[in-house]
Amino acid sequence: MLGSGILQGLLVTAKNFVGSFHDPARYTTLEYPEVKPALPEAYRNFPFLVCDNATDPLGTLRCVACQICEKECPPQCIYIEKSRDKKPDATGKPQIYPAVFAIDTSVCMSCQICVEVCPFDAIKMDQVFEVATTDRYAALLLDRGQLTKPNTYFHTIHPTEAAEVDARLAADRQAAEEKARVAALAKAKAPAAPQAPAAPVAKRDQTPESAP
Amino acid sequence: MNATPLANPSSGAHVRSVPGDLPGDLMEVSMGPHHPSTHGVFRMIVTLDGETIVRLKPVFGYLHRNHEKLAENTSYLGSMPYTDRLDYLNSMTNNWAYARAVEQLAGIAVPERAEYVRVILAELTRLLNHTCLAGFLMQDCGCSGTPLMYAFREREKILDLFESLSGSRMMCNYQRFGGCRVDPSAAWLAAAQQLVDGYGPFLDEFEALLTGNEILLARTQGVGRLSAALAINAGVTGPMLRATGVNYDLRKVDGYGVYPRFQFRIPLGEHGDVYDRYMIRILEMRESLAILRQALAGLPAGPIMNPAAKLRGFRPKAGEAYGRIEGPKGEIGFHLVSDGGPNPWRYHVRAPSFINLTILEDLCLGHTVADAVIILGSIDIVLGEVDR
Repeated sequence: MLGSGILQGLLVTAKNFVGSFHDPARYTTLEYPEVKPALPEAYRNFPFLVCDNATDPLGTLRCVACQICEKECPPQCIYIEKSRDKKPDATGKPQIYPAVFAIDTSVCMSCQICVEVCPFDAIKMDQVFEVATTDRYAALLLDRGQLTKPNTYFHTIHPTEAAEVDARLAADRQAAEEKARVAALAKAKAPAAPQAPAAPVAKRDQTPESAP
Repeated sequence: MNATPLANPSSGAHVRSVPGDLPGDLMEVSMGPHHPSTHGVFRMIVTLDGETIVRLKPVFGYLHRNHEKLAENTSYLGSMPYTDRLDYLNSMTNNWAYARAVEQLAGIAVPERAEYVRVILAELTRLLNHTCLAGFLMQDCGCSGTPLMYAFREREKILDLFESLSGSRMMCNYQRFGGCRVDPSAAWLAAAQQLVDGYGPFLDEFEALLTGNEILLARTQGVGRLSAALAINAGVTGPMLRATGVNYDLRKVDGYGVYPRFQFRIPLGEHGDVYDRYMIRILEMRESLAILRQALAGLPAGPIMNPAAKLRGFRPKAGEAYGRIEGPKGEIGFHLVSDGGPNPWRYHVRAPSFINLTILEDLCLGHTVADAVIILGSIDIVLGEVDR
């Protein structure tokens, strides 16, 4: 019968219309911004720099300014200047740190290749998506201070990944300490130098508290 | 129809009297580049005799982003997120085609689990693309809103799956050379299974809404007929080609990945008109569901990445490779030529949207402007891929 297809279709729209009042599967709109979306753990937006100690963010950056992310970034949105002096890193080893670290978020395409190539777990993806601003140049160019966030924050947004990273870093630190101790013992044994065993202890004292 | 051509066809809309025995004037109308029916910034210079199209000149390039030259100046890995932005509905299949090209170039093996995950994601992408296409096609037919919103409601569920796996809804950047970036968790696989179980009923509902609708039949049947000969000569692939009755699907022809392990059929059309192209997509979605059920049931345990694959400092030896897969829009392929350096020496994309679009004039001749809109809609283009 001519028109039966249309009637059948109207039945579907009627079912959806009525269903939208009581069936959650048919009423899928979220009242943003009053209701915030639940972001999946894997969600990524822009990168941030991880620091180990929230009270001294710039002093405990994991970044050692190796510039791998700057080189690998496909749209070239990262700019790094190495420091001239060295500061002890998480394992106590004196390291170069980024004197300038800037990300132009108007260029960044959130691909997270910087995160994948970073050998130091220093750069991770943030989940802040409400980044609208009235200034299109300076406000979108984030500097070192704006980019740095503590490891505790990393744990709140990507708990699984953060736990893995912490475990790996702790293992690395332990291995480094073990190596230093073995080296020191060997050194102490051979030419009988009494001041050698003090070195790893002093290093451990400088190690910042690993967060949570 | 045998009127003399306009003096300067690209100068915009104008009217010129036709000498000879024709009763009317030819009018040239520029549709687009900013027009809701052109699916992006695409321009059709249409010459009309009354309401009948006598000539149609597609103009593209408005969204050109220098994709191929960018890739030749970026590392192999750095091009991966750019492929997301070709056909931004199908980033997973674009990633896969590019990863396949690089894997062939460098001879990297892919673990079995990764091959299964790739099939799962490619078929989810096919569902997503065809659902969107059906919705947009109805929008072009004048059925404003309802089918498109139902389609988008379901698409959103697939995008949620992509987001929880890869971190991004559309720009997934998920495949890597030698595997995939993240191993899907058991919870993710359960969610995918739930989506697959719920998709059949949605397709039933969608078809009840549309397939038998008399207005849709009147608008689409017999419109924009494509002959199999023209489709083959023009290099048309994908659902466009299969709607003409040509049995050509790379999943069967090449049997890449783990596709030969799955039971599925290739739906074929008969008339090659807009209605066949719509139906092919609905039927392909049902076959995709069958593949998804088998792939989710047979997903093996094991590594997701080839441990020998390098992320950084990747320099394949000199040579060339062409990796292709059956994308939702047709054959998507990447041709890479390496000179042993960190960047491809030549990088070329075989974009199905672009090649399928070349027959637009042949399909539209003799039809009305309103038909040209749905013919363009049924070709299924994404301008990001056409213009690159």
